[in-house]
Amino acid sequence: MSDLLDLTLAEARDKLAAREITAVELTEAYIKAVEAARPLNCYITETPEHARAQAQAADKRIAAGTAGALEGIPLGIKDLFCTEGVLTTAGSHILDGFKPPYESTVSQNLKDAGAVMLGKLNLDEFAMGSANLTSHYGPVKNPWKRKGDDTDLVPGGSSGGSAAAVSARACLGATGTDTGGSIRQPAAFTGIVGLKPTYGRCSRWGIVAFASSLDQAGPMTRTVRDAAIMLGAMAGFDTKDSTSVDRPVPNYEAALTGDVTGLKVGVPKEYRVDGMPKEIDALWQQGIDWLKQAGAEIVDITLPHTKYALPAYYIVAPAEASSNLARYDGVRYGLRVAGDTLNEMYENTRGEGFGEEVKRRILIGTYVLSAGYYDAYYLQAQKVRTRIAEDFTKAYEHCDVILTPATPSAAFGIDEKPSDPVQMYLNDVFTVPANLAGLPGISVPAGIDDNGLPLGLQILGRAFDEETVLRAGHALEQAAGFTARPQFLAG
Amino acid sequence: MADYRLKGETGEWEVVIGLEVHAQVSSKAKLFSGAATEFGADPNAQVSLVDAAMPGMLPVINAECVRQAVRTGLALNSAINKHSVFARKNYFYADLPQGYQISQFDQPIVGEGEIEVDLPDGSTKVVGIERLHLEQDAGKSMHDQHPKKSFIDLNRSGVALMEIVSKPDMGSPEEAAAYVSTLRSIVRYIGSCDGNMAEGSMRADVNVSVRKEGEPLGTRAELKNINSMRFVRQAVEIEALRQIEILEGGGTIIQETRLFDPSKGETRSMRNKEEAHDYRYFPDPDLLPLDFDDAYIEECRSTLPELPAEKKKRFIESYALSPYDAAVLVADWEIASYYEVVAKKGDPKQAANWVTVELFARLNKADKTILESPVSAEALGELLALMADDTISGKIAKDVFDEMFETGKGAKAIVEDKGLTQITDTGEIEAIVDQVIADNPGQVEKYQGGKTGLIGWFVGQVMKGTGGKANPKMVNDLLQKKLGG
Repeated sequence: MSDLLDLTLAEARDKLAAREITAVELTEAYIKAVEAARPLNCYITETPEHARAQAQAADKRIAAGTAGALEGIPLGIKDLFCTEGVLTTAGSHILDGFKPPYESTVSQNLKDAGAVMLGKLNLDEFAMGSANLTSHYGPVKNPWKRKGDDTDLVPGGSSGGSAAAVSARACLGATGTDTGGSIRQPAAFTGIVGLKPTYGRCSRWGIVAFASSLDQAGPMTRTVRDAAIMLGAMAGFDTKDSTSVDRPVPNYEAALTGDVTGLKVGVPKEYRVDGMPKEIDALWQQGIDWLKQAGAEIVDITLPHTKYALPAYYIVAPAEASSNLARYDGVRYGLRVAGDTLNEMYENTRGEGFGEEVKRRILIGTYVLSAGYYDAYYLQAQKVRTRIAEDFTKAYEHCDVILTPATPSAAFGIDEKPSDPVQMYLNDVFTVPANLAGLPGISVPAGIDDNGLPLGLQILGRAFDEETVLRAGHALEQAAGFTARPQFLAG
Repeated sequence: MADYRLKGETGEWEVVIGLEVHAQVSSKAKLFSGAATEFGADPNAQVSLVDAAMPGMLPVINAECVRQAVRTGLALNSAINKHSVFARKNYFYADLPQGYQISQFDQPIVGEGEIEVDLPDGSTKVVGIERLHLEQDAGKSMHDQHPKKSFIDLNRSGVALMEIVSKPDMGSPEEAAAYVSTLRSIVRYIGSCDGNMAEGSMRADVNVSVRKEGEPLGTRAELKNINSMRFVRQAVEIEALRQIEILEGGGTIIQETRLFDPSKGETRSMRNKEEAHDYRYFPDPDLLPLDFDDAYIEECRSTLPELPAEKKKRFIESYALSPYDAAVLVADWEIASYYEVVAKKGDPKQAANWVTVELFARLNKADKTILESPVSAEALGELLALMADDTISGKIAKDVFDEMFETGKGAKAIVEDKGLTQITDTGEIEAIVDQVIADNPGQVEKYQGGKTGLIGWFVGQVMKGTGGKANPKMVNDLLQKKLGG
């Protein structure tokens, strides 16, 4: 593997700035890595020509002294972000051939910062899934394998392509989106860092919507520092997104002081779930000890409505999705399967265009919004959501951040997928509450289970306090000293 | 106004009418996108990425549309809700790109209120307003462009509409039409909607039910998209008669949406029961709720002009007009303004007559609006001033007005050019009076014998003798004196 691929984003940035390497060199190495990573199926669309052109432009700006924060950094973009003139699929058959005439705000922000786009990353169809098994473009393979076992494992989801590509060194960093854990869970499954910012921190404009009140874009990288740098470029107020928030974007990297002395770390008792593997429990305790040793104060807290989070999420998210996905009707773009009447055309197009999981969620969402069921489901779920947000508000009276496991298990085999969809939904049990409350959270690789698979710890923070989340995550990262590498490395 | 009743075989029926009027907000841009809203553009020329519901596109509220909705709510004497919420109304149709319409459901921007409606007989009726909410318009499906395909024009997709819902307070076709007319007048006064029904800027869904006096409300049918006052009147009557026939035949009315076909003079069912919609309304997560403070509402209120009802009251008080004349004059802001200019130069009551009778008749004939009138308000005022100071008679004035209307010349100029100045010289008139009396001894005898009604005939003779220029009052006075003496 080329040494260039082992540089972190921060290191590459510094070497580019010092003119020790060029953006073209770095990009060429990554273009090769993207090709080498094809067995993982992490890219739906590779854009080497785009990347080369951007790298050349980046080198010119570096030479001219006008480099942006991510100048010349090769990134992968989750294929949920609309990219001008480049196929955007959302992992769905229904968006066949769709090349948007516009660029999402987040990917535009990254471009403006000088980033190089290597391609569009695979994902669960419309970001609905926790294992990247629902993509029309096929499953993504986790670059990690169990010790002495060749079983192909899932990378988690929905940002499975992003996670696998970052982990396997097929990009320096990637965008993800997190509606119920879609950044943090795959990050944990692949031994990388995944940050879900506060709802409203990054613009949703140009990101194919799954559940509008929950979706949030964030960075997926190999280190906490890289996540801080990337978030700084992605975040910001956008007048085109009414739910984005007009607050200045701080220098997140500057928050990584390494000092957590006096930081109050909450440990919620409700996150100790039945049947959780002992390694995860042990890792959680390890995390507590690390932070305590680093000078943080550990506080026992309670988030009493946690057990209602997952059911509430699986009402709110499908409800919004059922409406958000109504626009894929075969009339204006993407797939159209003809029919003799308008209704037949709808039925044929949507019947063929959507996969099983998407159909399931549209049906659930339609059901919970229907007359006679709205109050019992949707309205009730919204009330639960309010309670969960209140739980956090109360907890943050006693602590600054909250430490939890990122997932209730390590990555599982592609063929070991639970047959019961509800069992699959349990993957999100630790990540969903932050989405319902709109709070920031980071997943940091912190250990290896008995099978040699990575496990993550999660830090949650107050709204718009990504700095403290990053600072605590960074302290955890330093204490964990996670250096394990996946079996599959590109290049 | 007299109670309106329809006669059926089993007796008289009352009609109950409520309206939902859709008024397009006069704004340059659409409700949630920057696309233009001008009428008459080429198909799909005014469509933004948001209007076409491209993936990842998000709505952003147009502050001007919100402001106009609040101003309209205030002008309708209705409560402004300081907290309101946009909701999605979900249904599939080819001209509804998002698969949902962004509207307001249980928390509209404007709540209850009431307006005073002017009826054709000069009386008024108070009609309750249920609510006003903001919503997006859909696009347009065209089924006549291709033998097998339908074409879609999204120019209207996303255009801001105010849906103004009345209480079921109207009881006759005239009241329903008058309500629409009053609404139109109000929104045009404040500039929140141009009220152009022909271009679809204003259209009404009319809910009609019938009942026997004293009975509870009957089941209603909704007549969609009616786009003129005349059609409102026709549709109500035709639908009410249809319902009466069904009920008297022992049938029941189905609550449904119906289409009014003016060419066939009938209403037809638009949707059947299988397609009954469950719109699955829920708050739109892409938009924040609208929250206002008192200062904002007061700022909106401060921009309201004098409204038709206030103006009508003032006209009655300051100009001693009849309620009917005042109502006619204030219906259009332009007419009211025109009138006031005229009224200040002459007699206000006479001015009302001249505007509503003489001017309107000539404008109608020439198919012109008041803004296109060849005679300006100042010019008509000048004509009235000439009557007020006895320079010309009313009869001459009408001839002068005709010429003004045709040539655009001023009243004074015409009167001077044609030597139409009224004869007010007593001696000159007296000579002609004497001549008429001398020439018609028979008529004089009859008059003096008690047929005093003949005075009009004598006046006519004298006027003829002066080419219409004599002051009729002076002629009258002189004749009375001479014949009576």
